[in-house]
Amino acid sequence: MAAVQETIDQVKSIDVTEYKYGFVTELEVDKPAKGLTEDTVRYISARKNEPEWMLEWRLDAFRRWKTMTEPTWSRVNYPPINYQDIYYYAAPKKGADPKSLDEVDPAILETYKKLGIPLREQEILAGVAPENRVAVDAVFDSVSVVTTFKDELAKAGVIFCSISEAIREHPELVKKYLASVVPVTDNYFATLNSAVFTDGSFVYIPKGVRCPMELSTYFRINEQNTGQFERTLIIADEGSYVSYLEGCTAPKRDENQLHAAVVELIALDDAEIKYSTVQNWFPGDAEGKGGIYNFVTKRGDCRGKRSKISWTQVETGSAITWKYPSCILRGDGSRGEFYSIAVSNGAQQVDSGTKMLHLGKNTTSKIIAKGIAAGKSDSTYRGMVSAHRKATGARNFTNCDSLLIGDQCGAHTIPYIEAKTATAIFEHEATTSKIGEDQMFYCQQRGLSEEEAVALIVNGFVKEVLQQLPMEFAVEAQKLITISLEGSVG
Amino acid sequence: MAIITPLKTAAEQQLVEQFANIKAELPGAGAMRKVREDAFAGFEAKGLPHRRLESWRYTDLRNLVREAMPLVRRPTRPQAIADRLALQTIAGRRFVTIDGVFSAEDSDLTGLPEGIRARSLAEALTESPDEIAAAFAPPEVARDDSALMLNAAFAQDGVVIEIADGAELDQPIVLLALGTGASEASIVSRSLVRIGAGAKVTVVELQESVGAAPVQVNHATSFVIGEGAEVEHVRMVSRQRAETVQVQSLLVELGAHAAFDSVAVAVNCGVLRQQSFLRYGGEHSRAALRGINLLRKQEHSDVTLVMDHAAAHGESRELFKTIAEGEGTGVFQGKVIVRPHSQKVDGSMKSHALLLNDGATMFNKPELEIFADDVVCGHGATVAQIDGEQLFYLMARGLPRPQAEALVLAAFVGEVSDMVGDEGVREIVSREIDCWLGQREGAPRPGAA
Repeated sequence: MAAVQETIDQVKSIDVTEYKYGFVTELEVDKPAKGLTEDTVRYISARKNEPEWMLEWRLDAFRRWKTMTEPTWSRVNYPPINYQDIYYYAAPKKGADPKSLDEVDPAILETYKKLGIPLREQEILAGVAPENRVAVDAVFDSVSVVTTFKDELAKAGVIFCSISEAIREHPELVKKYLASVVPVTDNYFATLNSAVFTDGSFVYIPKGVRCPMELSTYFRINEQNTGQFERTLIIADEGSYVSYLEGCTAPKRDENQLHAAVVELIALDDAEIKYSTVQNWFPGDAEGKGGIYNFVTKRGDCRGKRSKISWTQVETGSAITWKYPSCILRGDGSRGEFYSIAVSNGAQQVDSGTKMLHLGKNTTSKIIAKGIAAGKSDSTYRGMVSAHRKATGARNFTNCDSLLIGDQCGAHTIPYIEAKTATAIFEHEATTSKIGEDQMFYCQQRGLSEEEAVALIVNGFVKEVLQQLPMEFAVEAQKLITISLEGSVG
Repeated sequence: MAIITPLKTAAEQQLVEQFANIKAELPGAGAMRKVREDAFAGFEAKGLPHRRLESWRYTDLRNLVREAMPLVRRPTRPQAIADRLALQTIAGRRFVTIDGVFSAEDSDLTGLPEGIRARSLAEALTESPDEIAAAFAPPEVARDDSALMLNAAFAQDGVVIEIADGAELDQPIVLLALGTGASEASIVSRSLVRIGAGAKVTVVELQESVGAAPVQVNHATSFVIGEGAEVEHVRMVSRQRAETVQVQSLLVELGAHAAFDSVAVAVNCGVLRQQSFLRYGGEHSRAALRGINLLRKQEHSDVTLVMDHAAAHGESRELFKTIAEGEGTGVFQGKVIVRPHSQKVDGSMKSHALLLNDGATMFNKPELEIFADDVVCGHGATVAQIDGEQLFYLMARGLPRPQAEALVLAAFVGEVSDMVGDEGVREIVSREIDCWLGQREGAPRPGAA
């Protein structure tokens, strides 16, 4: 009964009606005029004190972006985005470029405190056992306000900083790896991101190093009418290991805000990257007013032999989600994994999935995707598994299940399975169903209310994925899923 | 942003000219003329289907049809056709088209049992033009399909079968479509089958070619199945030239409590696209689409199907088996749509493929599109080679490798071919499959232990 009691407690302890991260922090901010021109790109680059080559790179991306058209193939509907009606940069004025936490605007620190994100290293030290420490890069609108535990990580040779800092301090690494996984012209939103990206994290794990703690980035959109364009680049050199997590929230607003990120992972020989996301952008209200458009390009490149990249995602927020964390399995014997829970409620629309591109020999991949659609939402799994002619011995297992709660939601599955070598073994299975009446009966007969029973069954449904998350996140994610489904029963 | 208007390919240009020249001669006046004009206007706007269209992603017709061959107008009847007809001995009522044109002399038009009416499409268009023209309306899910538009515009003949309410036929109806392959030409035909409420019938479509010239085929068969009727359907496309490009469409409108069981077999099929659009118009109906694709050399088989559950309590079963060797390419694109309020739908879709050597390719795309919550839908897709353990088991018992392989492969496709209900038809299907397996390199001679 322990698990049941836990679920009940959780449901009780949660503020049921509100998106609890929906507050706004009043701050004086520095931002250019609305709209996107070459001048905007120059402004961003100048604000970041970027070298000339970076500016040229951005301008090139911007010129290419102008020749592209917005893709329409995904299964989501939204009014056309006016790209000239967005602020492309917003940074808190006070305490810009802080040297230490003391120089950061207290209002921002207060915000993170409210969000429950530990920015003071000692706070964590006091409360948690050392092996559970998490280094945080906190990105507020367009700038990284603070990165914790930098010194300690530097002792192990790990570079963990904001991407702006990396461009200034480690240009050789950035030049070598930036856009090597997601090319500048990969897609409309990736090109836009290349032109105007503002901040994000940069991680480099040197050869043979097991990163001593979890790394994480917390993204917060605060300003009105701004877009957030984050760029994350993670490089795991030979034989290294890193676990990275990201979280995100935004205030409640009636307008839609654009979040177009690019995340690139590179794993060299025998390296392993574990990338976890708990995405909780403001989803809009039940009628679909407001919320974040989350158009994200995430891709990992298993460049080295026996390398491994594992994506785990819990998607509960955003009005529209459009993301396909993928793995290019280039190195022989490399492995890609994708674990996903996508929960949609209200008028949310999710079109998410993954791509596993088997190029090297004896590459393996596993996909576990769980979609839960409630309210009037639409959830689509779109995935591709392909084996190149030379990818002998490629192996994939895919399982995507959808659960429907209520009769106005939709769940769709669009998998592509392409085998061009006879030695590939690909398996795919998918199911769509509602919660079984006998399951509900069993739970309710033992005294659970309808809502508690649904929460229990859903938790069981997604357990396989939750287990892949780091401990602290798993608990948080489980709560999130329960809140997201509030009000979907009865 | 400017809208890109693709330039017309040479083949598309030729089709425009051909239609202008031939449209006055095609059968059907009044309403039918309008159907043809509208369909062709639709085609002109869209052009030949190409790989940028999601539903034609793996079969690029624009690329495959570089030249639009002229429509066969008055087919010859070479000796080879007569020979083939003599060999085709399924017990049943046979209706023959040669190069898409109905051949009354070869068809069983006399002595038909009560409750069955058969005539050519051209004749039906003269007798009841409006009714037949209405039957050309495409199903909702295939409204944008330009191959189907071409079919409506050019279809010059075919077979129209009407089965009366409650009729139960003991023998199958065989629609035998023979190609003469006398010259490079295109064959466009449409058959209509209307089955009355409560009727029970088996309809077999056999598509073969006897000549040496590669042809382009665009054939569609549409079924309208009345309430409570039970239909068994078999389609086999075989004995085609490697260069033949074919689009075979199957359109089914299913009434309440009706059942439709289909097995589609492609063996020596050239380049073949089989597309099925099935709509559940009434509640408690069920349909099963199953198929076998045996591919070698550069053969290409694309099975695309859409099961449109527009009514509640429907059941759909799909099972497709593909074996590809050489540079054969198999494609399976299946989509199950469950419309809002179509509750209690039970759907299951499976595609299994065996690739026998490097160079063979399989593309699987099983889709679910579900807007009702109280449903049970699932799909599975696998791609693999022959299971080493199964081979080992058989070889350890003394079977040489080729025989062991043949046995595993026969069992693999046997699951589907065994589902053909009519014994005579099942025998013909099995014979073609055995023949194909026998042509494998090192395969055991038929009859060998």
